[in-house]
Formats: sequence, C-alpha cells, structure tokens
Amino acid sequence: MNQAAGISLQILQSMIVVLAAPLLIGWVNICRAWLQNRSAPSIFLPYYTLGKLFHKDAVIACKASALFRTTPYILFGCMWLAAGIVPSLAINLPFAPAADIIALVGIFALARMFSALAALDIGTAFGGLGARREMLIGFLAEPAMLMTLFTAAFISGSTSLDTIVASLAHREFAIHPSLAFAGVAFFMVLLAENGRIPVDNPATHLELTMIHEAMILEYSARHLALIEWAQATKLFVYMIIGFALFIPWGIADVADLSGLPLACAALLAKLAVAGLFLALIETLLAKFRLFIAPEFLSSAFMLAVLGMLTYFLSLT
Amino acid sequence: MNVSFSSQMVNLLAALLLLIAFAMLSQRRVLSLIKLLAWQGAALAAATFIVAWSTGQQHLYLSVTLTVLLKVILIPWLLHRLIDKLNVRWDVETLINIPAMMLVGIGLVIFAFSLATPISQMAGAFTRSTLGIALASILLAFLMMIVRRKAVPQVIGFLAMENGLLFAATSATYGMPLVVELGIALDVLVGTLIFGIFFFHLREAFDSLDIRHMEKLKQD
Repeated sequence: MNQAAGISLQILQSMIVVLAAPLLIGWVNICRAWLQNRSAPSIFLPYYTLGKLFHKDAVIACKASALFRTTPYILFGCMWLAAGIVPSLAINLPFAPAADIIALVGIFALARMFSALAALDIGTAFGGLGARREMLIGFLAEPAMLMTLFTAAFISGSTSLDTIVASLAHREFAIHPSLAFAGVAFFMVLLAENGRIPVDNPATHLELTMIHEAMILEYSARHLALIEWAQATKLFVYMIIGFALFIPWGIADVADLSGLPLACAALLAKLAVAGLFLALIETLLAKFRLFIAPEFLSSAFMLAVLGMLTYFLSLT
Repeated sequence: MNVSFSSQMVNLLAALLLLIAFAMLSQRRVLSLIKLLAWQGAALAAATFIVAWSTGQQHLYLSVTLTVLLKVILIPWLLHRLIDKLNVRWDVETLINIPAMMLVGIGLVIFAFSLATPISQMAGAFTRSTLGIALASILLAFLMMIVRRKAVPQVIGFLAMENGLLFAATSATYGMPLVVELGIALDVLVGTLIFGIFFFHLREAFDSLDIRHMEKLKQD
C-alpha cells in the first residue's frame, strides 16, 4: 500500500466532509422549501452565512471565562476528528485505527459536554435551560446510539468501523432484520442528536421549545460561525456513519484507488437521497413537546435492543 | 423460491410483527391501534403465504385467505364502525407510562426468546427461529391487555394475541389442522361481535367504556 497516497486520501476525506457539510445543510433546506411550496434559497446560502459571520466582530459577555471562548474551537475540532475517523470515501485509511465506534460516541459526548458547560458559563437563564435540555436528550440518545452500533458490531464481529464496513459491503446479499431495526433506531437518534424537527427545531428561537439554539444564544461572529459549521459537520458525520453501517456499498479501498470515482458518486447519491428524506420527515412531522422526547428516544432504544435480540435469535 | 431466501423473508416479517406489537403497546390513539392491528394481520398473512409457497402445504393457503379476509378487512372494519357508533375517539390511557412499558416489553421479549430457544431446537421447520418472536408478540399482547383501562384496546390486545398464536403455530409446525383453524377464525369473529354488544351494554350501564367501573358491582 502506498503510504503517501493513503495519507493524502485521508486528508482529502476529512477536508471533503468539513467543506461539504454546509452544502448538505443547504440541500436539506432546499428540499424543505420545495416540499413546503416555498421558493428555495440558494444551495450555497450556509456558506454565505458562515462568511458573513466570520467577517463580523465578536461580542463576548464581560463575565465569560476562557472556557466560553475556547468551546467553539473544541466543538469544531471534535467534529473534524470524527470526520477523519468515519470512512466516507475509502476504508483502510491510515487514521482509521485511531478510534473505534465507542471512542466515536465518546468524541460526540465530549463535544456535548463542552457546549453544555459553555452555555452554563455565561450564567444566563437561556443557557442553563438549553444545557439541561441538551443533556436530557443526550443521555437518552447515547445508549440507543451505542446499542445500534453494537448490533452492527455483532454482525461483523468487530467494533472498528473499517472492519464493519468491509464485512458488510463485501458479503453476499442477505436480509438482516436486526440491521433494519438498528437502522430505524439510528435514524431516530440522528434526528434527536442533530436537533432536527421532531425533537428540536433548528430554525426558530422560540424560548419554550429551543434546545440547541438556547445553548448558543450568547455566541456571535466567528464563534457562532464555528459552532454552526461544527453542527453542520455533525449532521454530515452522522449521515456517513449511517451509510457506513447500513448502506456501505460502493466504498473504495485505499489499496485500489480505481474505485474512488465510484465511491464519490455513491456518496453524492446517498447524501442527496438522505437529505431529501430528512427534509420529507421534517415536513411531515410537527415538533414534539419536550416531554414527548424521552418517549421518542426510549422507542429508539427499544428498537436498537430489539435489533440486537433478533440478531441472537437468527443464530439458533 | 429457495429455502434460505424464504427463511430470511419470514424472519423479516416476523421482526415486523414484533415491531408492530411494540408500536401497539406505545400507541395512544384507538384509530391508529386498529390500523396497526390490520397491518399486523397483513404481516402474518404474508409470512404464512411464504411458508405455504416454499413448503407446498396446501391448507396454509386457506389460512392466508382467512387471515386476509378476517384480520385485515372484516374485523378492523367492524371495530372502526363500532367506535364510530360509540363515538369514542379518546386517547387511550395506560396504567404505567410508555417508556417504562417499553422496558417491561424488552424484558418480556428476552424472557420469550430464552423460553423459545430449547423448543425451537426440537422443531424441524425451517421457520423455527421465529418461534421466539411469536411467543414474544403473544406476551406483549398480554401486557397490552393488562395495562389498558378501556375496553376497546383490550379487545384489540386480545386479537393481537390471537395473531401471535397463529404465527407461533405456523413457525413451529407449519400451521394447525384445517378444522382447528376454521374453528379459531369463527371464534374470533363471533368474539368480536359479542364484544361489540358488550361495549354497548357497558356504556349503557356506566356511561363509559372504562372497565374499572365494573369493580363497583362487587361493592353494591
């Protein structure tokens, strides 16, 4: 295996995920506008927003500590790290052995903890409210996420994402009911973790309902831009985790670079369909009351556990 | 159709059956419950059809027809008409809250799976691995009958339990003898009709379909 090619492909993959993440948000927004009979904004609108925010001067509360100032960078760094670990274009990249799926969940937990701490740091009412709600959602979503990942890990016999993708992509076609369960559970966790519509509404600042927006209310300019970018990257990373676990077909191997164009095309097609599907879900569903969210996430947990149980059943 | 593919399809439909059982457990609206019951019947019919097709058991086709006619069309329609007439579209109350019920349900599924494993090792049918799921959906329907207060969801739980029983019979021994199956179908139909009459009497006597009112009879 060519070491230099591996490293350059690794860098390319991390860059693509981070750079294309606002594009995915733009695509989801366009699809939502189409489905709701509105005229669609430009697909590049998230980039313009980020550019605008980067050019503004940051305003920071006088009581803010260093934690508040460093959190946006930590969030962005966590998401970038996750983007490097999850195989989106090719497997067996040099950075892939750095972390398995459990460590990946840990990285997301780290990001969540820092954003909650930063929200509490300022001492505003909204920050505390948002942080508490975020931790409520987080502690319910995390077990469901882990159970989903364990189901895939059981089927392929490893917790390394690379091995999971390789064994799921290259086996003969078989219907795994356990993977179907885990897929639905994973999608529910994706909606909750990324603050999408049935759990949180990313587009409003209504104090009774907001979760993620309440936490970042005090941020402005470049800090806000980094946080929004990190949020977009998080959605992208969750989507490619989903692709890696449930529809891994078309991914290239680093030893055989001829599969790379196909891998790019497959990734693009999967993202387009997934974005449309996300927009469809967000159009069809209304936002839940906050107290329904535990019910939603406990159903996700239940589905993930059922998926794992049906895997053991198919062994007998 | 080769056996491994049809076995996978039956496994998938069995998983769907279990999923619908859980959805029923967590559903708040009566109308959605009836819809879910019809879908569960459809999944059962599809699974039975695949078993019939791949094993060549002729009498199973009749079972499929009965299931489609009764479980998917007639009984949901009857229930629908019944709640229209009774004008009861309230949300269903449960005795324990829904997340807790999910956890109890998961416990039941684990219990059913471990109970079914030794039995399914003795069975010779290629669908034997779904016996645990059939048992689990029976137990979940039981749980639903226990935790619901109103009469209509309890009847739906009863019908769901019957679905689970039929599926258990299909997966363990390729279905029951024809006479038994016809008998059960008739029983279920008559049962639903009697329950319908019972609902009207219940409402006349207590002005409500809440079966807790029936406990008062003892005190008078």
